[in-house]
Amino acid sequence: MTTRIVELRRGILKKNDELAAGLRARFEGAGVLVLNLVSSPGTGKTTFLERTLRELRERGNRVAALVGDLETDNDARRLASSGAPVRQINTHGICHLDAEMVGKHLESWSLDGGGALGLSQLDYLFIENVGNLVCPSSYDLGERIRVALLSVTEGEDKPLKYPTLFNSADAAVITKIDLAGPCGFERDTALRNIQQIRPGIQIFETSAKTGAGMAEWLDYLAAARKAS
Amino acid sequence: MSQITRREAAAGVSSRAMHELSIAASIVEAVTEAAAGYPGARVSAVRLRIGALSAVIEDSLQFCWGVTTEGTPLASARLEVRILPVVVHCATCGVTAEIGVQSFHCPRCGAPALDLRQGRELEIESIEIDDPEPATAHAQEKQTL
Repeated sequence: MTTRIVELRRGILKKNDELAAGLRARFEGAGVLVLNLVSSPGTGKTTFLERTLRELRERGNRVAALVGDLETDNDARRLASSGAPVRQINTHGICHLDAEMVGKHLESWSLDGGGALGLSQLDYLFIENVGNLVCPSSYDLGERIRVALLSVTEGEDKPLKYPTLFNSADAAVITKIDLAGPCGFERDTALRNIQQIRPGIQIFETSAKTGAGMAEWLDYLAAARKAS
Repeated sequence: MSQITRREAAAGVSSRAMHELSIAASIVEAVTEAAAGYPGARVSAVRLRIGALSAVIEDSLQFCWGVTTEGTPLASARLEVRILPVVVHCATCGVTAEIGVQSFHCPRCGAPALDLRQGRELEIESIEIDDPEPATAHAQEKQTL
């Protein structure tokens, strides 16, 4: 018997990376700005996104959302109340979305009852990931902007505990800022921790309940779309 | 482990190491694909390069590898994991240096360290395969018996 070493030098997630690159090219070709929203369960991604979709529509934008969840379609039903087309992706136990799931759901998604989703009919496509701060960090979905969300109820050290996710984010959103006082949220510590992991990142302090910080967030989106 | 089924083991894993379970499944897929080019050979080791910023815990990955490969041709393959530290290049002072994962700033001048040169790897470096050779296979079998 002989033993030999076969060099592979390939990424473990190579398949996902290739699919994501294909999606990214499609998104860019269609001129749609795609964002991937990642946070722990309970941060308020859905509520934040619902308000974002509604306000973008009020500003005359064409928006849609794909929402990942382990089992239920509760989030999709909530998001649909914004009036935007929404599609649920159930991962059935998988703790993250991957590029294949996103691609499949786009193929079979019809906005107007005829054929696949016309990406070029959209200005923004939001992908709400499964609530998890670990797994989604490794799976590229072809997004242009990865958004890490953190609520004031979670503790200021979350960015230090999950550096992989926060370091890979392009923008950070602090949610439930209206509860900062009652929660004893240490704002400066939280901002410092985020900047320590991802120096220079833009941070939005928001409340989907009061609308605080939403204008800055929407302006950021508009500028990012213009730049694409 | 022998008393519980693989399904039960996977269910136990899911709550604490779901990330590593997905990664292990992807490794199995990639290695199986590569090994198909060597019919009759047995994979005895899989060598990985894992960046410190990849969010993979080695102990969890080893456990998940065991669960995922149990009862498959890869069951006897060792998983050898090399953890690579985060390395950044500082655009301000020009130094290339290792850093931890708690502060992404240049260890020399303190400027923001945005240019990651290493630390996100999730890579299969190589596999080790045992080729049975007709002339010596019998002798080898005797030895191991």
